[in-house]
Amino acid sequence: MIETKTLTCVACPKGCEVTVEYEGNEIIEIKGNACPQGQSYAEEEIVAPTRILPTTIKVKNGALALCPVKTTKQIPLENMFEAMEIIGNKVIEAPISMGDVFIENILDTGADIVATRDMPAEIK
Amino acid sequence: MRKVKKDLVVIGGGPAGLAAAKTAYDDGIKDVMILERDFELGGILPQCIHNGFGLHHFKEELTGPEYAQRFINDVEERDIEVKLDTMVLDVTKERKVYAMNKKEGFLEIEAKAVVLAMGCRERTSGAIGIPGTRPAGVLTAGTAQRYTNIEGFVPGKEVVILGSGDIGLIMARRMKLEGADVKAVCELLPYTGGLTRNVVQCLEDYDIPLMLNHTVTAIKGEGRLEAVEISEVDENLKPIPETAKTIKADTLLLSVGLIPENELSKKADVVLDDRTGGPIVNEGRETNIEGIFACGNVLHVHDLVDWVTEESQIAGKHAAKYIKDNYEKTGRCAEVKAGKNVSYVIPQKIELEAGDRKRIPLYMRVSTPLTAVDINLYADGEKLYSFSEPFAKPGEMISVPLAQKTLDDLGNLDEIKVDIIEKEGN
Repeated sequence: MIETKTLTCVACPKGCEVTVEYEGNEIIEIKGNACPQGQSYAEEEIVAPTRILPTTIKVKNGALALCPVKTTKQIPLENMFEAMEIIGNKVIEAPISMGDVFIENILDTGADIVATRDMPAEIK
Repeated sequence: MRKVKKDLVVIGGGPAGLAAAKTAYDDGIKDVMILERDFELGGILPQCIHNGFGLHHFKEELTGPEYAQRFINDVEERDIEVKLDTMVLDVTKERKVYAMNKKEGFLEIEAKAVVLAMGCRERTSGAIGIPGTRPAGVLTAGTAQRYTNIEGFVPGKEVVILGSGDIGLIMARRMKLEGADVKAVCELLPYTGGLTRNVVQCLEDYDIPLMLNHTVTAIKGEGRLEAVEISEVDENLKPIPETAKTIKADTLLLSVGLIPENELSKKADVVLDDRTGGPIVNEGRETNIEGIFACGNVLHVHDLVDWVTEESQIAGKHAAKYIKDNYEKTGRCAEVKAGKNVSYVIPQKIELEAGDRKRIPLYMRVSTPLTAVDINLYADGEKLYSFSEPFAKPGEMISVPLAQKTLDDLGNLDEIKVDIIEKEGN
């Protein structure tokens, strides 16, 4: 059965309304996207949606209790809670530099968990 | 009291202050001081851990802390003096800044130019007057964001969010990911106040219901919040009593608007615009007080930090020109007016010599959601040109260029006006 879905592209804040016509996992037509990012977003969104996961990780001896982290690439939306649990069980040590890798290839997604800021050790 | 002299004093070390200081420094003003009340630079960005920042400015997607870190590194690489844990108490129209901190005590800083970059703060429950008791568990979305992302504790387990501003939407997802049951986001208006991408990524991805035309009509609980009563509203935004229902919740987050923080501006006799809550500025972001500039959320509330950066570069550049004494007014002032469906336009006036500029970006917001629009620019009543957009939403700022060539061709002008109207037959 051919289905039609209107999506709001989240590739950038412009938020194009993209209409996709598809049958199962097969894309028939994509309309309304202002750039090629919209095309690939719509394809992925139908077949298997993925997102960047931004969260925090516990820090021992840091200037702050938590360090913000993110996945280095998008991971499947369905893996979010499992990834949160793995990140939530980890404790890292300061000092930290932006880009430091704390977990490699989380859940075999190919994405690493990296720091998104610098953080000095706690000043006593 | 310690007295010092500085070429440029920037009040606030968030994205606006950092970009203004960096730009002025690069334009030749080496004697720059940033005053920041927090223990670190970055403003609100360090707690905005989500991605979606930087697509315009850096052409890549960053998280809030990453966006801040880049500007912090830029400032640290330059010889810019930064005073942290420093509270500014007063600014005079003679550009004397009074501040204090634990190490140095009370300071008087005499500046050739001042950039106001104090940002904004959230509207609280007191500002919207929800009936009911006053238990713990009712807090602004930004406070919850700080607790969750910086301090390290999640402030509740069963959450209702009032208001669909971006921080509310972001916190709906954040608390859901941290294990809370986010029951609903209620929005008084028939449309959301946040970016569309946030509605998709934060609510739809996690099946969190968005209840438009709904508001909180009672807060229940002794000591800690136990439940909230929500009701549908009619077309006059008045609650309809028979639609009231109770939702069990220990936490109510408020995402009901942001207010530019202009207490210091007022002390310097800076005139504010009722529509933006921020100063009235010219195209260089100079206020009515000579040598005092404003940029970022203290000027008007932005939805994207990228626009804050762009605007703060304008302010920094013009502050540098002012200090170097190469900042000239034409002696004439064209007012920039918000016409049909436009809630405000920044800058509010054009009064500087053009120099080498090619265009003046006009920032604006629509007052109501519209589809298939023409953005029409008028000069003294004569139509100049139009831009088309597929849609316009109050939550998403619009930027259109006013070409300098057009201004040159027109000569003396009293008024530029912008209308945003739906195309006919739509």
